[in-house]
Amino acid sequence: MSRLAEWSRNARLRANEVLSAYPDRRSAVMPLLYIAALERGSVDEGAQRDVAELTGLTAAQVQSVASFYTMYKRHGVGEYLVSVCTSISCFLLGADDVLGAIIDETSTPDGETSEDNVFSIEHVECIGSCGGAPAVQVNYELVEGITEEKARELCRWLYGSRPKIVLSDEMQQLFGGTCSFDWGPAEESGAISAVPSLEAYGSAGRESQQP
Amino acid sequence: MTSILTARMNEYPRDSHELATYEATGGYTILRKALAEMSPEAVVEEVRASSLKGRGGANFPTGVKWGFLPPLYPRYLVINADESEPGTFKDRQLLERDPHQLIEGIALSAYGLEVNHAFIYVRGEYPKSARRIERALAEARGEGYLGKDILGSGYDLEITLHLGAGAYICGEETAMLNSIEGKRGEPRIKPPFPAVEGLYSKPTIVNNVETISNVPWIIANGGLNYAAIGPEASAGTRMFSLSGHVKRPGNYEIIMGMTWRDFIYDLGGGIRDERALKCWIPGGASAPWFIPDLHLDVPVTIDDTATHGSMLGSGAVIVMDETTNVVAAAHRIVRFFSHESCGLCTPCREGTTWLENVLLRILSGQGRSIDMDLLLDISDNISPGLKWPPAQTTICPLGPSSVSPITSIMAYFRAEVEEMIASQEAIIV
Ligand SMILES: Cc1cc2nc3c(=O)[nH]c(=O)nc-3n(C[C@H](O)[C@H](O)[C@H](O)COP(=O)(O)O)c2cc1C
Ligand code: SF4
Ligand code: FES
Repeated sequence: MSRLAEWSRNARLRANEVLSAYPDRRSAVMPLLYIAALERGSVDEGAQRDVAELTGLTAAQVQSVASFYTMYKRHGVGEYLVSVCTSISCFLLGADDVLGAIIDETSTPDGETSEDNVFSIEHVECIGSCGGAPAVQVNYELVEGITEEKARELCRWLYGSRPKIVLSDEMQQLFGGTCSFDWGPAEESGAISAVPSLEAYGSAGRESQQP
Repeated sequence: MTSILTARMNEYPRDSHELATYEATGGYTILRKALAEMSPEAVVEEVRASSLKGRGGANFPTGVKWGFLPPLYPRYLVINADESEPGTFKDRQLLERDPHQLIEGIALSAYGLEVNHAFIYVRGEYPKSARRIERALAEARGEGYLGKDILGSGYDLEITLHLGAGAYICGEETAMLNSIEGKRGEPRIKPPFPAVEGLYSKPTIVNNVETISNVPWIIANGGLNYAAIGPEASAGTRMFSLSGHVKRPGNYEIIMGMTWRDFIYDLGGGIRDERALKCWIPGGASAPWFIPDLHLDVPVTIDDTATHGSMLGSGAVIVMDETTNVVAAAHRIVRFFSHESCGLCTPCREGTTWLENVLLRILSGQGRSIDMDLLLDISDNISPGLKWPPAQTTICPLGPSSVSPITSIMAYFRAEVEEMIASQEAIIV
């Protein structure tokens, strides 16, 4: 059963906007999966059924799309999804040790979620930050030029201060090092969960709104 | 040093992404002028005259590709911002630091191509890039640079931002079209090419972020002036992403033609800790490797790199020093392709898995003497004849790309691989 009726007004509004952005309803399936993830906490079967109803696709069609992409988390993830790049350039500069440190510090194996649901840890392929290797993301917000020790500190900080909005610039300042390029001025938008932070999805949080 | 793409961000490092800065530095005046004074054909002609080649990896001449569009409408323009080739991070800088340059480039290109709806496909792992584009699109709409009747010209253009969700293969242009259509991101069999039958089966042009970011300069200064920059056949400037064991990693916008020696030692500052250079990858994870003995004095151009059996590809230069275990490095790259194979073609799906497994076996100290031949044999099944450029029996070039690290270590580091197998020593991976 779809539970679209339970979606927040805001989410339904965004869903409508996304649906009208394309010449074909089916095209909205990817953005809708993000909005559904935000609304339901994961892209589980229920979320997929919601998206099927919105797009007029069958649940099987939606499932075949959802399962193709790594960022639709069908089993849900913790409060902080820590993605460690272990592709070639990061590997050359010690990414495996960074991953090891994060696994150790959070007591969470690669690909799993901690028992208290605070952390999910995953190794990922290149995240386009190779000039600032090794690179990690928290809820897809970037930290470049991290070290084993700083990675441990990052995990302890997340655990201790539980930021409601994960801000890339803040993490970079506290735990980062070499960047791929000059980032320029700090951004005030960040992620409110492990869904990429975008206005269109309602997933962007603003520093100024932080309580 | 001529900079085109990074001029604004170098001069205004604090606010190059702001609309006000863009406008204060001549931004959107070119669009205004083109809409008022140029025909669509004239815009296309400038791009053709510029000799601009695609910066997404295949180096295809942009003007020539644009010429393939049949006179059918609607047509679409899709901007490839899926940047996921390991080692590549240049488009991210262009998206984050100068989003309006890209948007004006899209508007000019779309006008030339008679397109009224364009898409920007940004990889899901680039939320900041997407937010910058999202905001810049809203600003451009607000100022009348996008939308209906742009600047009173009667020309309409809408641009839709589409976020990927973690799949390298969606960078392949036909997979990208499927992804936008709301399908699995699997490549299509070509022909038909997207220019003839693309998005929603309509004529479609797919171009890379960097490619299109050059268009405002080309229209402002004239195609021939662009063509005059740099060596023939490698016209213009180009963004390179330098990473690995160099002292100064980063993005560099350069005029092509310097030697690899100058690139690595002058631009990159040389190798960290004064170690010796072992090898480098000149054009992203898909490219065959280069070694100091043979390639340091080869010029960094599209043609010279190809003559020496590799490619500039996505512009990602990955440098490895003498401490690098080349089997471990090759394994890391093969593992990427194995993970990213969409699984449609048997040689790619099975072959990449086998390559990964055999390399892992060697790395875990259990290599067998037949493994060298086995690696080459599996590679030959994915890319028959192991030629360069590779023969392709698969639907897309991902499969054949996966053998580049294998042929490279076999050509240049065979003794080292042999030794690793003989030693039966485990390396942690
Ligand atoms: C597996 C694969 C991945 C690709 N990834 C990208 C990419 O991330 N970005 C890109 O611009 N082109 C990528 N390409 C190349 C595109 O298919 C296409 O050639 C390009 O976007 C065309 O734009 P251009 O002519 O401006 O380079 C990829 C190709 C393949 C086969
Ligand atoms: S070569 Fe590989 S990635 Fe490309 S279509 Fe075939 S299976 Fe998919
Ligand atoms: S290899 Fe890690 S960000 Fe590219």
